[in-house]
Amino acid sequence: MANIIQVDHLCKSYNQNKAVNDLSFTVNEGDVYGFLGQNGAGKSTTIRMLLTLIKPTSGQISIFGKQLSHHRSEILSQVGAVIEKPDLYKYLSAYHNLSIFAKMSGIKVTRKLLMDQLQMVGLEQRAHDKVKTFSQGMKQRLGIAVALVHDPRLIILDEPTNGLDPQGIADMRNLILKLSKEMGKTVVISSHLLSEIELIASRMIIINKGEKVIEGNVDELLDPAHTMVDIDTTNNKETTEKLLQTKWATYLQKGKPLQLMMNKEEVPQLINDLVAINVQLLSVNSSHSLENYFLSLTTNPGYVEPFAN
Amino acid sequence: MWNLLQIELFKISKRPRTYIAFAAIAAIVFIFQFAFKADGQSYMDLMLQSVKDSFELEKTKAINGYFMCYIILNTLLIQVPILVALIAADSISGEANMGTLRLLISKPISRTQLILVKFAAATIFTLLLLLWMAITSLVISLLVFGADDMLIFRVKGEESQILQITKDDIMWRYMAAFGYATVALTVIAALSLFLSIFAENSIGPIIATVCIVIVCTIISNINVPIIDKNVKPFLFTSYLVGWKGFFYIGTSPDGVPIKGSLENWPAIRKSLFILILHIVVIVSASVVVFRKRDILS
Repeated sequence: MANIIQVDHLCKSYNQNKAVNDLSFTVNEGDVYGFLGQNGAGKSTTIRMLLTLIKPTSGQISIFGKQLSHHRSEILSQVGAVIEKPDLYKYLSAYHNLSIFAKMSGIKVTRKLLMDQLQMVGLEQRAHDKVKTFSQGMKQRLGIAVALVHDPRLIILDEPTNGLDPQGIADMRNLILKLSKEMGKTVVISSHLLSEIELIASRMIIINKGEKVIEGNVDELLDPAHTMVDIDTTNNKETTEKLLQTKWATYLQKGKPLQLMMNKEEVPQLINDLVAINVQLLSVNSSHSLENYFLSLTTNPGYVEPFAN
Repeated sequence: MWNLLQIELFKISKRPRTYIAFAAIAAIVFIFQFAFKADGQSYMDLMLQSVKDSFELEKTKAINGYFMCYIILNTLLIQVPILVALIAADSISGEANMGTLRLLISKPISRTQLILVKFAAATIFTLLLLLWMAITSLVISLLVFGADDMLIFRVKGEESQILQITKDDIMWRYMAAFGYATVALTVIAALSLFLSIFAENSIGPIIATVCIVIVCTIISNINVPIIDKNVKPFLFTSYLVGWKGFFYIGTSPDGVPIKGSLENWPAIRKSLFILILHIVVIVSASVVVFRKRDILS
C-alpha cells in the first residue's frame, strides 16, 4: 500500500516553545487516519504544516511521494481541506464560494459540476443563498463541498465536527466513511471527539505536547488485551500493598492507584484473587474505549510502553 | 494569473464597502458643483482680490468645467488615499478576518501570485476610482458649466501667479494628471496591502495607512532646509500632488505661454520615477514578508 503522507522528524518552534517536536508518522493510501490529541497538543500546527500554512522549523514532509517544499502546487492540487471552521465568503452565495475555490484548484468549472457537488452535501436548494444566512452545519457541509470539488486524492479535515449538532456529526461520519469506502479517498481527520474517531478511523496517531505518543491500527489499539480496570475497595491503600505482592503488580498503572491494564479475559481471575486475599470490593469497572485509552496515554505517557511500535 | 485576478475583482465587486468610495466621491463632487453653481462668483472675487487691478478677465467665464475639475481635484486627491486604503488594506487582513486566508493558502497557488493578484486588484480599483472622479468632476462639470480657457492660481516662491491655459490645450493635461494620480495613489494601495499582511482585521491597516500618509504629508510641508534636503526627497507624499505640474504651462523667455508645453517635465518625470520605485519596493517587501509568514488566523 502506497504511502500518501510521510512525515519525518517534524519540528515547529515558536521562540523557545516547541509546538511540534520530532514528529514522524505515515498515512497509507485508503486510510482514514485519526489525529488525536488534547487542546494544544500540536494537531492543528501539524495539519497546517501539511497544508503549507506554517513552515516547519525542521523535518521533512512528503505527500504522494514528493517533497512538499519542492512540489507544493502539484501536491496541493490533489489535496482538499477543511481547516477548523469552514470559513467562507459570507457575502457570497454557496454557488459562488464553490466556484471560486474550484477555479483556484485549477479545474475546469461547469455549472453541472458545482450543482452536483452542492447536491452531494444537500445544499442544492440553497445554492444561491448567501453563506451568511447558513447554519453552522450548512457551512460545514459547504466546506466539505469546497474540499471535494476538485476530486482530491487526499482529504484533510481539522476538527470537522466542531459546532455540529448530533445529527450533523452523524452525517459527517457517514460522509467520511463514504469518501473512504466508496470513493477510495485517503482521509486525515483530527478531532476531540474520540468516540467519533473510534467509529471511523482505520489508523490513528495520538500526540501530546507536540510529540508522538503512539501510532497504529485502531483495531490493535482497541484490542481487548488493553482493557483498563478500575477497582474501588474499602481500603484502597492496603489493597495496593497487597496487590504489589502478587502477579498483578506489573499490571498496576503508575500514578493511578488501583488501575490495572490487562486482557479482558483476565478480569474474573483478578476478582477471584482479590477476594482470596480478603479485599472488600466496592466496585470493579472495566473499559477499553478509545476515550479512556486516549486520556490515560496523555496524562500518563509511561503507559504506552507495552504498545510501542 | 488572469483567472485569479478575475476572482479577486469579482470578490471586490460583491462587497458593499467597495461602493462607499464611489458614493463619497460622487457626493463631494456634487456638493462642489452645486456650491459653485449657486455662488461661485464670491469664490472668484476672493481668489482674484490680490490681482484684480493687474489682471483683466471675465469672471463668469472663469468658472467653467475645466476650472471646476481642477478645484475638485485639488481638494479630493488629498482625501482619496483614505478611500483607496479602505479596499487595499482589506486585501490580506480581510481574508484573515473571515478565515478564508487558510483556504486560499492551501490551494495550489503560490503566495507570490496571491500578493501580486491582490496588488493588481487594488491597482485596478484605484484606476476605476480615478476614472469615476474624471467622469464626475470633469465630464459632468463640463456639461454643467461649459468649456472655456482655464485659470490656475499658483503661489510660486513669494509671488502669486495666475496661469491661463487655452481650452484646446487642457484635455491632454487632465488625462496626464489622472494618469499621474493613478500612480501616486497606487503607492497608497501598495502601502495598505503591505500593512494588511500583519493584521487580522482591516481597521488596523486602514488607520496605519492614514497615519503614515498624514505624518509624511506634514513632514513634506515642513520648510526647514535640513528636511528639504535630507528627508523630503525620499517621502512619497512629497510627490502626491505632482499632477499639478501638468497644468504649469511652459513659457517663452519673454513670458508668453507656449501651447502644449510643460514648465518642468524633468521634475514630473523624476517624481513619477520615485513613486514607481516606491511601488516596486513596497510590493517586493510584501511578497518577501508574506512568503515567510506563518498563517495562524
